[in-house]
Parts: sequence; C-alpha cells; structure tokens
Amino acid sequence: MSIAEKFVSMEYGPAPEDSKEALAWLDRSKRLAHYIGGEWTAPSAGQFFDTVDPSNGEKLAAVAQGSAADVDAAVKAAQAAAPAWQALTPHARAKYLYAIARLVQKHSRLLAVLETMDNGKPIRESRDIDIPLVARHFYYHAGWAQLLDQEFHGYVPCGVVGQIIPWNFPLLMLAWKIAPALATGNTVVLKPAEYTPLTALAFAGICAEAGLPAGVVNIVTGDGSTGEWLVNHPDVNKIAFTGSTEVGRAIRAATAKTHKKLSLELGGKSPFIVFEDADLDSAVEGLVDGIWFNQGQVCCAGSRLLMQESIAEALITKIQDRMNTLRIGAPLDKAVDIGAIVAKVQLDRITKLVDQGVADGATCWQPQMVLPARGFYYPPTLLSNVHPSSIVAQQEIFGPVLAAMTFRTPSEAVELANNTAYGLAACVWSESVNVSLHVAAQIKAGVVWVNCTNLFDASCGFGGYRESGFGREGGREGLLEYMEPAWFKNLPLLPEKQLAPKNNESGNALPSPSSWAATVGPGPSIDRTVKLYIGGKQARPDSGYSFEVLSSSRQLLGEAPLGNRKDIRNAVEAARKAASWAKMTAHNRAQVLYYFAENLSQRRLEIVDRLAAAVGEQQAVREVDLSAERIFAYAAWADKFDGAVHNPPFRNVAIAMNEAIGTLGVICPDDAPLLGFLSLAMPALAMGNTVIAVPSETYPLIAGDLYQLFDTSDFPGGAINIVTGSRSQLLKPLAEHDDVDAIWCFADAQSAAAAKAMSVGNLKQVWTNEGRAIDWFDSKLAEGRWFLEHATQVKNVWVPYGE
Amino acid sequence: MPTEQTKSRDIADHATHGVEIANCFGRPLLPNRGTPLNLDWVRDVRINTSAIERRAQSHAMRRTVKKDWQAAWLLRAITCMDLTTLSGDDTDERVRRLCAKGRHPIQSELEQKLGIESLQIKVAAICVYHVFVETALRALEGSGIHVAAVSTGFPAGLSPLAERVAEIRRSVEAGAHEIDVVITRAYVFAGHWQALYDEVAAFKQACGRAHIKVILGTGDLLTLRNVGRASVVAMMAGADFIKTSTGKEPTNATLPVGLVMARAIREYAQQTGMAVGFKPAGGIRTAKQSIEWFSMIKEELGDSWLRAEMFRFGASGLLGDIERQLEHHATGRYSADYRHPLA
Repeated sequence: MSIAEKFVSMEYGPAPEDSKEALAWLDRSKRLAHYIGGEWTAPSAGQFFDTVDPSNGEKLAAVAQGSAADVDAAVKAAQAAAPAWQALTPHARAKYLYAIARLVQKHSRLLAVLETMDNGKPIRESRDIDIPLVARHFYYHAGWAQLLDQEFHGYVPCGVVGQIIPWNFPLLMLAWKIAPALATGNTVVLKPAEYTPLTALAFAGICAEAGLPAGVVNIVTGDGSTGEWLVNHPDVNKIAFTGSTEVGRAIRAATAKTHKKLSLELGGKSPFIVFEDADLDSAVEGLVDGIWFNQGQVCCAGSRLLMQESIAEALITKIQDRMNTLRIGAPLDKAVDIGAIVAKVQLDRITKLVDQGVADGATCWQPQMVLPARGFYYPPTLLSNVHPSSIVAQQEIFGPVLAAMTFRTPSEAVELANNTAYGLAACVWSESVNVSLHVAAQIKAGVVWVNCTNLFDASCGFGGYRESGFGREGGREGLLEYMEPAWFKNLPLLPEKQLAPKNNESGNALPSPSSWAATVGPGPSIDRTVKLYIGGKQARPDSGYSFEVLSSSRQLLGEAPLGNRKDIRNAVEAARKAASWAKMTAHNRAQVLYYFAENLSQRRLEIVDRLAAAVGEQQAVREVDLSAERIFAYAAWADKFDGAVHNPPFRNVAIAMNEAIGTLGVICPDDAPLLGFLSLAMPALAMGNTVIAVPSETYPLIAGDLYQLFDTSDFPGGAINIVTGSRSQLLKPLAEHDDVDAIWCFADAQSAAAAKAMSVGNLKQVWTNEGRAIDWFDSKLAEGRWFLEHATQVKNVWVPYGE
Repeated sequence: MPTEQTKSRDIADHATHGVEIANCFGRPLLPNRGTPLNLDWVRDVRINTSAIERRAQSHAMRRTVKKDWQAAWLLRAITCMDLTTLSGDDTDERVRRLCAKGRHPIQSELEQKLGIESLQIKVAAICVYHVFVETALRALEGSGIHVAAVSTGFPAGLSPLAERVAEIRRSVEAGAHEIDVVITRAYVFAGHWQALYDEVAAFKQACGRAHIKVILGTGDLLTLRNVGRASVVAMMAGADFIKTSTGKEPTNATLPVGLVMARAIREYAQQTGMAVGFKPAGGIRTAKQSIEWFSMIKEELGDSWLRAEMFRFGASGLLGDIERQLEHHATGRYSADYRHPLA
C-alpha cells in the first residue's frame, strides 16, 4: 500500500517494538537455571520446562523445574545469608534497594519487552505501567529500609520468606514481594509463575549486578509442586502468596500447623459502580483501564459493572462504541490495547465461563474485530442482562469480560457491590463527593477508586477483605507483614501443664457436663447462675447443660453454661445485627468504654473476691486493677488510631482508613481470666468490631461479672457476646462460621493450629499467640498498637481531584 | 471579491446540506442547523478533570503511527490545516506569501520522493484578519483553498454586538468562506447560557452561507466543565465548527480541552444526528502533536472527522515541522528548517 493509499485509509499501521535485545538475552541463556545463593544453579533433577510466547505459541526458553532439593538449597542459602543481611545497617540495606531501583530503570526496556513476550500483555502496559511501578516500589522501600529502626523500633524480620507470585504481573508482583521483604531485613526464596518466569530471572541478574549479597534473593522456577515444596519447607518463616483463592486456601491449610506468618492476595470480582451523575465518558474510559487492562487478567479488575438504571442504556451504548475502537493484536505493537491471554488453559476457562453466562441468560456483545490467526486471544466482551445469581456475576473470569447489571439507589448499589465472597477493590463513579465517599465507606474492599481505576502506588497498601485474602502490600501496613515484635518472637511456648485438662477427672480435654448430683455435694454454696450473654441478653445454653468450674485446689467454684454450636450461631447472628456499634462515632465508643471502666472499678471488691477463688487473691487484685487501666487505654485509643493520607505521585487524596474488620471470634487466654479477656475484647470493640468471646476455660464464671458490667455500660446488644464452654468445641463452629470475619485464638499451640486450619472456608483472618505465653500484666507488650493493627484493616480510598 | 470559481464551489458546498456529511460510529450525520437551547443538557454536562487528564495523557502513549503511515497522517494533517497569520505586523505581502505556501506546502522534489504528486496536497484554508480577505482570495484563486477571517472583535470579542455582527457581514461580503468568531467569555462564567446562545445564533445568522467556527477561548474559560458547557451551547446555536482558542490566550489547545470538546461533539451528534467540526488552535507546533490530535479524534469521533470538512488545525508553525519530518521520512536524514521554503 502506497503512502497515497494510506493517506486515504488513515489506518494506524503496525508499530512493533523491537525485540532484538530481548531475543539476544534469551539466546545467551537458552536453558535458564535457578538463582540460588548468588549462583546460577542447574536443577538438581536436571528437568526443564518450556515457557512460550502466548501471542504466537513459540517457545522462548527452557526453564529449570524446581525440585524439593532445589527449594531446600534455596532456603538454606537464604538462611545462611540472613544473619549478615540483618546485621547490616539500615542505610546499607537501603543502598542495595536503591541500586536495584536504578538498575530496573537502566534495563527498563529489556524488562518490558521480556515481560510482554512471556506474558502477552501489550508493550504499552509493561513499558508505561508495570516496569515504572517496579522501580517506584524499590525506591519507596529503599526509603523504608533507611527509616526502619526509627519507625519500627522493636520489630524484627520474620527470617526466611517464601514468596509465590502469579503470571498476570510477573515482575510487578515480584517487586511487591521482594522490596518490602528486603527492606525489613528478610531473605527471600521466590518462585515465579510457571507461565512467566523470565523477568524474575532477569531480575536475579539485576541482584547480581547490584552486588546484593549471595543468598539474600533466591529465585527457584517451577510449577505448582515447586511452590508446594516452598510452602511446606520447615525453615521458611513466612509465606507471601498472590494468586487464586483456591490455592490460597490450600496454603492456609498447609501452614496451619506451623508458626509461618502468612499473607494472601487472592481473587476478586470487583464492582464498578456508575451513578447517574458520573462523567459517563470518563467512566467508560475507567472501564477500559479496569476490565480491558492486561486482558482482564487482573485480580482487582472492575468486572462487575453496576449501573444506575436511569443511565444504563446510554452507558451501554457508550461502552459498545468504545469497545469498537479497542485494538487487539500483537502485544509488542505499541498501539495495541489488548494482547494475548497468557495460556491456552486460561483462554478455555474464559470461553467456558462466558458460554455458561450466556446459557444463564446473559446477552453477549463483542465488537467486530479480527483476532490474530495464531496465539491465544479473546475479544473484549460485554455481558448485559446479567443477574446477580449468574455464574458470570459471581465467579472470577480473569479475562476481558464485563458483566453488567443495574441498580436503583445508592443503598442497592452497595448491597450488590458487597454481594460477593471477594473484597479486593471497587470503583465508584459519581461527580458528587457525598455519594462517592458514602458508598466508598460502605463497600467491603481493600481499595476503592473514586472516579479512577487501577491506580497503584507503593505508598498505598493493596490487599483484600473477605476471600480476597489478608495482609497488605505497600505502605506501612505492608511492611508489618514481614516483621514481628521482637518480644513476641522470643516468648516461650505455654508450658505443657497449662495444656492439661483442669476441670475434668477423666483426663478428657473437654469439660464434661456436670450432673445434678455433683452440684449438691459438699463445697461452697452456689450463689448465682451464670448464663451465656447473647445479643445483650442473658441466655440459657441451647444444650441445657452446665459444667463444673473448679479452683486450682479443685474446689467447686460454680457452674458455667455449656455452650454449643447453636449458641455460637446465635451469638454470631446477634453480633451481625449489632451494626450500630460500628457506625457509632469513635468518641461515643470511647464513652461507652470509659463508662465500662467506671462500672468495673465500682464493683472492684466483689469481682476481686470471686476471681480470687480461681487465681488467688494477689493475681485477682492485679487483674482487676489492670483491667480498669486497660479498658481506659482502649477508650483512649478509640478515637486516636487514625488512618493516613498517602502521597502517591498523582493529584489526589489517597485516604487510608483503619476500618473495623467486622465480626470477630475471640478465644480468650486461660492464664488471666479477666485481664486476658479484656486485653483482646477491648481493642476489638474500641475499633468498632463486634465480638463473640469464649472466656477462659479456667474460670469462665467471669462471664457473669462481665455481662452485668456490659449491660450497665450502654454497650448496644450484640456488640459483645459471651459463650462459655469447651474451647475446642466452640472454636470449631466459630472458626468455620462464614459470617465471622476474623478469629483470634490465644490459647495453646494446638488451638492456634486448629483455628488456622478451620478458617479456610471463608479465609477469615486468623491471629493467634502461636501457643506462646503472653504476659498480660505487662502493658508495654499486651496493650497498644499491635493489638489495634490486628483489630482493623486498611481501606485505601483514592480520590483524584481537580476542576 | 470572490471569483466565479470560488463562489460556485461555495454553493456546491451548501447544496450538500441535507445529506450525510459525517458519521459517528456508523450513524449518519447531517450538517448542524442548531437546536433550541436546552438548559437541562447544559447543566447536565459532567466533566471529571482528573479522568480527562488521565485519558489525554495515556492516549498519547496508547497510539502511534510509524513509517509510511506516519507520512500519510502528516500529509493529511497538512490538508486539515488553517494556515494562519494573525499578527499586528501582517501585510498584504506577508499574506500572499502565506497563500503561496498554502498552495504548495511541500516541495515538488519531496512530493516525488514520497510518491504523492497525485494527492495535490494543499492546506484547507488561510486564516487572516478581515482586511486581508481580499488579498487572500486573489492569491488563492483557483486553488480550492478557503479563506477564513477572524471576526467579532478578535481576540477579546468585547466590542458592541452590533459592530461584531457587522464585522462578520463585511467579511462575508468580501468573500470569506469561513468566519472564526469569539464568544463573550463572561457569559460562560456567569452561566448566562441564553445570552451566549443568542450571541452565537446572531453570529451564525450574519455568516449566512459562510461556515462559522466558534472560538470558545478555552484558555480563558479555565475549567473543563466550562469548556464542555460552552461547547454544547455553541453547537445548539448552530456552530459549524467549535474551536478551542484564539491563540492569544495563556494556554491554548491542550489535549484535555480537545477531549472534552470532541466528546461534546459526539454527544451532540448522537442526540441530534448533526455533525459539528472541531478546530484546535494555538500551541500545536510539532508533527508529533498533530498525530496525537488525529489519533484522539479518530478514537473519539471516528475517521470521518479526519477530513478538512470536519477538522482543522489552527496553526502557523506546525507546517514547518511536518515538512522536516516528511523529508526525514523520504531521505532517512534529519532535516533542517532552512531547507524548506518560508511561508
């Protein structure tokens, strides 16, 4: 075609990015080895697998298949490197991270081209989004490495961190994992995704070029089995995973019996809400940046379009017009919007789900466009007339497929938005700051973008609510995922004898229901009937049984109701209904807590008296007095545990809000029946959570004193619920309950492991003492930010501004 | 006075009223005849500045044209150019020089190298002050190039309405094919949409069969919301083109402003079935910029806006850079501006 003909047609024409350098890099290292202990290490089993270019199906390189021995070698290398790495000054570590950031920029085009060839994403995205964000992440964390001692005094690194990353943003996810881990003094074994190992290996080269000490970063390539070896390796102290919810569940289960710290960044089905007063054309562009970014293979993709009815028709037309101008084709073409799907299996999955959606009654619309003859491509797709119950509205498709629904009112928009097991991200489009912030506050998601989409920055934590995982990446909260308080790490395990049954002759760990006969025997008189406390009311246990509570000298102190799974169910229901607690202002919550402390001190003597029978007078006095202080402390904290306003490099306000997690199940420690209970319940309540507490098995009768105090202190019914009984029997329904958002378990190591294992159903957050003995009487350790951080999750709301 | 030839083409242009002049995403569009003022529509204009800026910024990174396609696009840019001189020191001779350049924007040798002699590339119009209309018409005789006159107290537009209307009439009588008018920016700031509508409608009437390009003065309007609303009112009042700026404002044609105006045109086309042209003016100096503008218009409005009938660059320095780029394309060597004849 001549210039004259092109003058008439005004087509774009091809604009290919040169792949020469990347091909040369691949050619130099056709069989790519692991990077272990600073050396390129051939796989011990000698096995390799191919990584292919999804845009044409051609092999790019053979990559080492990591075996158990390879993983072991890498973990050992990381372990060996840890002491020296941790002994470096913060400034020294900062310089390494800074050097990495510089090198990423120096090699930016090679990395971008490699990424595009391996993954299939358009070069525009890898060049303008992925790689610049990678560099930014290392710069940002070089800063944290420098400031670590000042800002995180008393924290120590986890140690060796195992990291498993997905194929959708290979190098960016690597940066999100490695930068905070190194900044906090950990050493790393990272396994890139099977489909996209190349940039991780190129990054290993950058580590070498930066002179990073051998073993600080180790890259082991391989498939799922390699990841499994890494997850199960006994010397790994922390696992950070980004990927599917299904694999996340398996990792949660696999690590339950260990002390491995865990952060999961999983799937999503994020809502994209458009109100009638939105700039509709810009909202459409937001969708392009949302669901048609990276072929829709984005965990936070705005895949559920929720449109206000009044503008639905107009919006659909605008979306279709825009879809017509999307360009699909060779990912290395600089003017292509949609590249190739990462692999055949993913393409098949998308196709199948869309077919199912259509079978469910959705209308499928795709623009007229010619797909490349070779490679894995899927056209941008709009599914309208989708109902919330349709599979395409529920399941993550991970492809360029938008499912559109309508709503009538802001509250219905919120209801639909939250009608999902996930909670990763959301978009809200409205020109009204009132509407958008009101909706943003109510959406259960870790990130809410107001009038923007898919903005990321190292300074703003990213991560999900619900089954989208737990833990954050980026920001201050992201660093905490790679550290622990030094004192906690050094705590002794609870002594074995504490794990032994106390109140039961048979040696059975479960307290047995007492028989009527037992209660009429000799011993102190039973002066009161303690009940369960559910929904602000005293309740008899569903079982109709009580169990004996004995003192350390085996005196009968009284009987406690034997709660069961139905009592837990009722308590969770009551806690869910007590939403007014979370909506109450922090000031008002503080007032309730202060009043609670006031009431406790008024009844100090009688509570000491009863508690003394169980724990001795000395401890009883200390517990009650410190309890009043602890309540006071959290009353004080209630309106002071502020969020932050971040400074990402955009003109906007990025508000990091500390939000209550929701409904918390709390297994209280045995060793301090009153103080331990309050040390956990108070921070949870102060932050606006509702609580189902299982008091100490040693002295559950404390419930009787507590609920009278709760009743008189203006706690709304259901904010705090108490179910006494067998810890192990109550832990199960609580940890398994899908409407409980987090479980805190502060008992023996066995309970901690059980809580983790039983939480996989809804992937609720689990926080335990790892079976360690916490000194509840030491306020420096057992009170404060560490507890508040676990009682909240951060929601980042991005609000660009400008007129 | 216009020659017979230009007159007859003028008439031919207008004879096409009532037939499709453009289409937007497959919908045929008629020339704009205006609509009654719809205040609800004006008030409903929603512009999110940050989102617009982001789109404008990422657009420039999303699209590019290379090699022969780039050359073709640059040639097309020349044909959409209102080659402009609007200086206090303009003279008849200066205008004649500009007209000569407009007739032959590219050297013959370069045309041969590019193999585009058959396209007979020339600019769309020469844009001058009223006093030079006659000079320009003479100089452009037989070329098919339009003469555009800036009018209505350009660039401030603050002389009495009667005088501004009379100014349009004089230019039309002198034979100008196109009249570039400026709006009273104060009406936008005050939200006096009726006044703005009446003003533009009066200008339109005075233009008669000459095409009216309504300059919004976007550098003065400052906010994109103002730009969006003023665009809608100008189109309702019958603008054939809406134009960003006078070239005399602190900032002139920017991509965000262009995006807002292009989207307003699209909305108007979809609501009314009528097509309005677009002219960014001022600040467009490089070949690369012209391609960014074209690709943005292609995305937002479609290919039918990539023609002189629907799109103009108001520019004086742009042609020089395009010539250099074309020479580079033809020879593989970077060019120098002294190698290309002055305007």
